[in-house]
Amino acid sequence: MGELPDAVRQALGLLAGGDAEVWEIIARTLLISGVATLAAMLVGVPLGYALARGRFPGRTLLLGLVNTGMGMPPVVVGLVVWLFFTRSGPLGGLQLIYTPQAMMLAQFLIATPLVIGFSAASIQSLPPALPDLLTSLGAGRWRRLWLLSREARLGLLAAVMAGFGAIVSEVGASMTVGGNLSGSTRVLTTAIVTVTGRGEMATAIAYGLILLILAFAVNLVLTLVQQRRER
Amino acid sequence: MRGSRLLCTLGAALGAVACGRGAGAPPDLILATTTSVYETGLLDSLLARFTAESGVGVKPISVGSGAALAMAARGDADVVLSHDPAAERRAVEAGYLLPGRRVMHNDFLIVGPAEDPADVGGTASLDEAMRRLAEAGEFVSRGDGSGTESREAQLWIAAGRDTAQLDRRIETGQGMSATLYVANERGAYTLVDRGTWLTLRGRVALAPLLEGDVRLLNVYSAFPVNPSRHPTVQPDPARRLVDFLVAPATQAYIGEFARERLGGQLFVPSADG
Repeated sequence: MGELPDAVRQALGLLAGGDAEVWEIIARTLLISGVATLAAMLVGVPLGYALARGRFPGRTLLLGLVNTGMGMPPVVVGLVVWLFFTRSGPLGGLQLIYTPQAMMLAQFLIATPLVIGFSAASIQSLPPALPDLLTSLGAGRWRRLWLLSREARLGLLAAVMAGFGAIVSEVGASMTVGGNLSGSTRVLTTAIVTVTGRGEMATAIAYGLILLILAFAVNLVLTLVQQRRER
Repeated sequence: MRGSRLLCTLGAALGAVACGRGAGAPPDLILATTTSVYETGLLDSLLARFTAESGVGVKPISVGSGAALAMAARGDADVVLSHDPAAERRAVEAGYLLPGRRVMHNDFLIVGPAEDPADVGGTASLDEAMRRLAEAGEFVSRGDGSGTESREAQLWIAAGRDTAQLDRRIETGQGMSATLYVANERGAYTLVDRGTWLTLRGRVALAPLLEGDVRLLNVYSAFPVNPSRHPTVQPDPARRLVDFLVAPATQAYIGEFARERLGGQLFVPSADG
């Protein structure tokens, strides 16, 4: 692997040198996966809470479905989204295929089961008497949701991290739904595929390193938040 | 501009769909194309020039020629750039594609390990080379319904061999560069187009073993998708893109593309007038 040291140097050069395309791809990757994660969080945490605390018929079935969804191959999600949004598909008229929006939707669908599953697990791990205790102390429905979420924050942060980690490193759905268009839907993972195909191995490794650094930086921030609140 | 695009993206993500290029602006053209052109980098350069010149945005979707023609049949693309003449003719006859234009050509070559266990380099006959490949060594096929695989299949048939009977032929199901890398790692033979070969030959230990047969000619043509079957297809900008590809300035650019950097001509312009 004689190319590795060279590639590391090139990666740092690409980052430090302010290569416009590299920074554009990084920003786009963060925007698409960030929006998808945010949406998955807004939908997934309340649903996870409802699944963990609710008592209704079909709950076990739903939990089973969510757990299946957590292991859903992203490329299958991509295929389904593609089938719906391609021009000849039922939602083709929206002209969303090969756009960042379509990628956000696919990534949202991949991340949401993860967020629901992890959220439900973390809420369920709280002491079972806690909700009743909060009620007896006079907390209303939303106040109770808020306080329980605070108690379960470590697990909920883990849920968000898992969701973000899964989609930022995902390539199949992004490729199918986004089309890997330079200047609009090329993200770090699909860029790696492209430059590998063009034989630009050093650039490929450079993008890979950037992806690792990115994932590390995001998780570091989240971990810091966790640890600070811990004290 | 940048900020508004960001807001727009965010808005669309939150459910407001009417966005992007505005209600009146035409949507981008979708160009279904072959991996072998895309991976050389030629397409990105050409389309940037076309968009600057015409104001029409193009989304190049890189798939095998078979998948590109299937996209056309479903109306999922406006223009097809492919290199499978037999399948293209059928698509025009079936009415999926409007008559197109020849854009450029190069050739295929058989590459393999320098030791050449099947002794492909020892014959000038393409049919004999294919028969030798059936007997010894390993052959890596695209297996993705591409124009390159289609050509490979024709070569086996011409040599009197049935691919189903070849136990040393494996399929990658991937693009040309991935397939070339697999052949390289396994010390196997493969059929590769000149453009991909020139782009990647410095990265692989394979040697060119047979080239020059007239049946190895590789012709790329561009076709507008027939709008009469699919109302969403945009015939006018599609025709404009085809015309752009065969315009003299574009043809000259194609002929010179990456020539100095890679030390060889990737594509020969061949618009028929």
